[in-house]
Amino acid sequence: MPLSLSLGLAMALLAVGLHAIAASRRAGCTRQVYGVSLAVCIILLGMALAHLLGGRTPITLTLPIGLPWLGAHFRLDALSAFFLIVVNLGGAVASLFALGYGQHEKTPERVLPFYPAFLAGMNLVLLADDAFTFLFVWEFMSLSSWALVMAHHREPANARAGYLYLVMACFGTLALLLAFGLLAGPDGGYDFAAIRAAQATPGAAALVLALALAGAGSKAGLVPLHVWLPLAHPAAPSHVSALMSGVMTKVAVYGFIRIAFDLLGAPAWWWGGLVLALGGITAVLGVLYALMQHDLKRLLAYHTVENIGIIFIGLGLALAFQANHMYANAALALTAALFHIFNHSLFKSLLFLGTGAVLTATGERDMDRLGGLIHPMPWTALAFLIGAAAISALPPLNGFVSEWLTFQAILASPELPQWPLKFLVPAVGALLALSAALAATCFVKAFGITFLGRPRSPAAAGARETDRYSLVALFVLAVLCLLAGILPGLVVDGLSPVVSVLNGGARLTAQSSQPWLTLVPVVDVKSTYNGLLVLLFMAFSGTGAALLIHRFASAAARRGPAWDCGFPEASPATQYTAGSFAQPIRRVFGSVVFQARERVFMPPPGDLRPARLEVELHDPVWERGYAPIITAVVALSSRFNAFQYLTIRRYLSLVFGALVLLLLGMVLWR
Amino acid sequence: MHGLAFDIAHFLAGGMVVASFLLLYQDRLYALIHVFALHSLVLALAVGWQAAVQGAHHLYITAGIALVFKAIVIPVALHRIVRRLGIHRTLETVGGVGRDMLAGTGLVALAILVMLPVTTAADALAREDLAFALAVVLLGLLLMVTRRNAVSLVIGFMSLENGLVLAAAGARGMPLAVEISVAFSVLIAMIVIGIFLFRIRERFDSVDMQAMDTFREERRR
Repeated sequence: MPLSLSLGLAMALLAVGLHAIAASRRAGCTRQVYGVSLAVCIILLGMALAHLLGGRTPITLTLPIGLPWLGAHFRLDALSAFFLIVVNLGGAVASLFALGYGQHEKTPERVLPFYPAFLAGMNLVLLADDAFTFLFVWEFMSLSSWALVMAHHREPANARAGYLYLVMACFGTLALLLAFGLLAGPDGGYDFAAIRAAQATPGAAALVLALALAGAGSKAGLVPLHVWLPLAHPAAPSHVSALMSGVMTKVAVYGFIRIAFDLLGAPAWWWGGLVLALGGITAVLGVLYALMQHDLKRLLAYHTVENIGIIFIGLGLALAFQANHMYANAALALTAALFHIFNHSLFKSLLFLGTGAVLTATGERDMDRLGGLIHPMPWTALAFLIGAAAISALPPLNGFVSEWLTFQAILASPELPQWPLKFLVPAVGALLALSAALAATCFVKAFGITFLGRPRSPAAAGARETDRYSLVALFVLAVLCLLAGILPGLVVDGLSPVVSVLNGGARLTAQSSQPWLTLVPVVDVKSTYNGLLVLLFMAFSGTGAALLIHRFASAAARRGPAWDCGFPEASPATQYTAGSFAQPIRRVFGSVVFQARERVFMPPPGDLRPARLEVELHDPVWERGYAPIITAVVALSSRFNAFQYLTIRRYLSLVFGALVLLLLGMVLWR
Repeated sequence: MHGLAFDIAHFLAGGMVVASFLLLYQDRLYALIHVFALHSLVLALAVGWQAAVQGAHHLYITAGIALVFKAIVIPVALHRIVRRLGIHRTLETVGGVGRDMLAGTGLVALAILVMLPVTTAADALAREDLAFALAVVLLGLLLMVTRRNAVSLVIGFMSLENGLVLAAAGARGMPLAVEISVAFSVLIAMIVIGIFLFRIRERFDSVDMQAMDTFREERRR
C-alpha cells in the first residue's frame, strides 16, 4: 500500500509538471506547482519515516509496463526508505523556499514543468527494483535536472555547463548500463532479486564495482569525474541547486550503495582501499578548489564534492571491514556514511537556500561584491551561520557527529589484517582531518566576506531581508541541523535498520538506552560523545563569558574614530576580500596542486596605470585528464570530417566493403 | 526432402544467382529492367516451390506478391519512368564486365564459405538456400556500388531484397506479416524513389548521380 501510494504520488508530480507546461505563464501557477510539490513531498516523507521507524518488511510491486518480458519492478525497503526521507525532506524544504523565491523567477515556464518532474525522477530511482526501470528513471532524473540547469540558458557559462553535464551524465549512465549488464549476466536477469541471487565471479564483480564507481561517482561528483558539478549546480535556480547538491548527489550515492553493498555480494578487501583512496582525494581536492572560489554558489558546489569524498571514505571503510568479516566496525563506518549523507543534505540545502536569499536580495553571487549583509538580513545570516558551522563540523551541530563517527571508524582500522589498508587508512584519516580544517577556513571566508564587514557594492548596500516562506524553510533546516547534532543517538537508532540490511544483520548497539542521550558507538571506555552536554557547556560558558565581559569591559569601552593608518575615508575595497583571505592557503597548497603563480605588475614611474596583483591558477584534473581527451576527440573528428561529404556511391562502397571484410574475417576466423 | 524436390529447389535458387549475374553486365536500362523481371519471376517460382514442398501455404502468398509486384508491376512502372524520363537510349558505362564477373564470382564463393560452416545443424536445402540468398544479396550490393544511374540503383536494391525474401522462404516458419510489410516497404520505396527521380530530373535535367555530386560539391565550396 505505501509503495503504490508513493508511485501514485510520483505520477501526481509528473502530472503537475504537465499542468505547468500549459499554465506556467498564468499568475498563480508558481504557487500551485510548489504548493503541490510541498504537499506531495511531506506525504512521501511521512510514509518513508513510518516505513523506516516502523521496522516494516520490504514491499514489492510489479507493474506490466516497460520491457514486456520484465515488467517494471518496484521495491520499498529500509535503504530506499532512508533515502526517500533525504530526498523528500530536501524536496519539501526547497518547495517551501520556492514558494517565496519562485516569485522572482523571470522565466517560470522554463523551471516549473521540470521541477516536479525532477522530484518524481529522484523518488522513482529510489523505488526501482530492476535494472531497466532504474536506468530509465535515472536518465529521466538526469534529463529533468539538465533542463533545470539550462533554465537560464542565455548566459553563455550556463550553456557550457549544461553541455558538460549532459556529456558526463551520458558517460555515467553508460557505465551503469554496463555494470547492470555484467550483473545480469548472459541470461538477462535484470530483476534486482535475480541479480541478488546470482553470484558474480571475482573478476566481473571487480569490473562492476569500477563501473558503479564511475557511473554513480560521476553523478555524485567523485574526483576526477566532478568537473561538471561545480559548473552545473550553480547554474540552476537556487532551490534547484539545493536539490541537486543536497539531494541528487545522495541519489547517486544510493546507486553506489545499492550496487556495491546490496547487489554485488561479498566484497574483496581492495575494493575498500580503492573507494577510500578516491574518497580521500575527493575530500581534499574538493575543499581546496572551494577555497580558491569567490563565487558563493560555486564554492558550495565544490564543498559538495568534498562531502561526497567524506561519505565515500565511510563507505570504503565499511567495504574494507566487511571484506574482513568485521561487521561491528563495518556497522560503525556505514552508520557514519549514512549519517553524513543525511547531514549533508540538511546543511548543503540550507547553505544553497541561504545563497538564494542573498541572490534575491542583491542579485550578486560574487563574494567580492557582497559584504555587511548581516545588518539588512539578520535572520538569513543566522541560518547561514548555523549551516556554515554545521558543514565545518563544529559541535554541537550535526556535521561534527558524522565526521566524528567516521574518525572512530578510521581509528578502528589497525585491526584490519591487510598491510596496504593499514597504511592507507591513516593517510586517508589525515586527508579527512585536513579537509575538515580547510572546510572550516573556507566557511569563515564565505560567511565573513559575505555577511560581515561593509558592503562592497551598491547592490549589497541596498539588500533587504528575504520573504517569510524562505525564512521558514531556512530555519526548518537550521533547527534540524541542531537537533541532529544534539540528539545523534536518535538518528543512529533510526539508521540501524538500514545498516543491518546492508551489513549482514550487524548494527550499532541501540543508543536510546544510553543515559543522558550519550552517543556510544562501540564501547564507552573507548569514546563517547554527548551533544546535549556540549551544547549546555557552550551555552553556559558563552553566556558567562559574555556577562563577564559586559560587566567588566563594556563600561570601560568608549567609541572613537577608528585608526585609519593615515588614509582617511577608507573605501570598502580596503577590506579583506575572498582572495586575500584564501591567499595563505593558496601559497601553501595551491602552488603544488594548482600551480598557482602570483605576479605583481608595477607600472614604471610616470605610467598612470594602477598596480595589479595577478593570480594564475591551473586546474590539474581538467588540464591533465580532460583536455587531452578533448584534443584527441577534436583531432579524430576533424580527420573523419571528410566522410561527411562522400558521394552516394562512395557510401555504398563503404558499406559494401565493410560487409565483405567482415564476412571474410568470419571465414578466416573459423 | 530428397531427390527431385531438392534438385528443383536447388536449381531455382541457383537460377536466382545466375539472374543476378545477368543483372551485373546489362548496360541498357530496358535490358536491366527485363532481367530484373526475370529475377523476380525466378524468385516467385523458387518461393512457390518451397511452399509446395514444405506444405507451407502462406508462402504461396509471398510467391504471388513476388510475381505480381516484382515481376510485373514494378518493371512496368520502371519502364514508364524510363520512357517518360527519355533515358531509354542512354548507355550506362558498366566499367569492365570481366572485372564485375570476377568480383561476383568471388562474392558467391565468399557467401558459400560463410554460410555452409555456420549452418551445419540445418537441413541441406536451407543451407544451400541461405548460401544462395547471401550471394544474391552481395551481388545486389555490388550492382548498386558499380552503377551511377538512379534507376539502376533502385533495381540493385530490389534484387538485394529478392535475396532476402529467398532466405526467408528457405527458413521454415517465418511469419507472413513480415513478408507483406517488406514487400510493401519496397513498393513504397519504389514510389518515393520514382517521385524523387522526377524531382531530381526537374532540378538537374539528369538522373545521373554524378550530376548531383557535382552540385553538392559546388554548394560545399
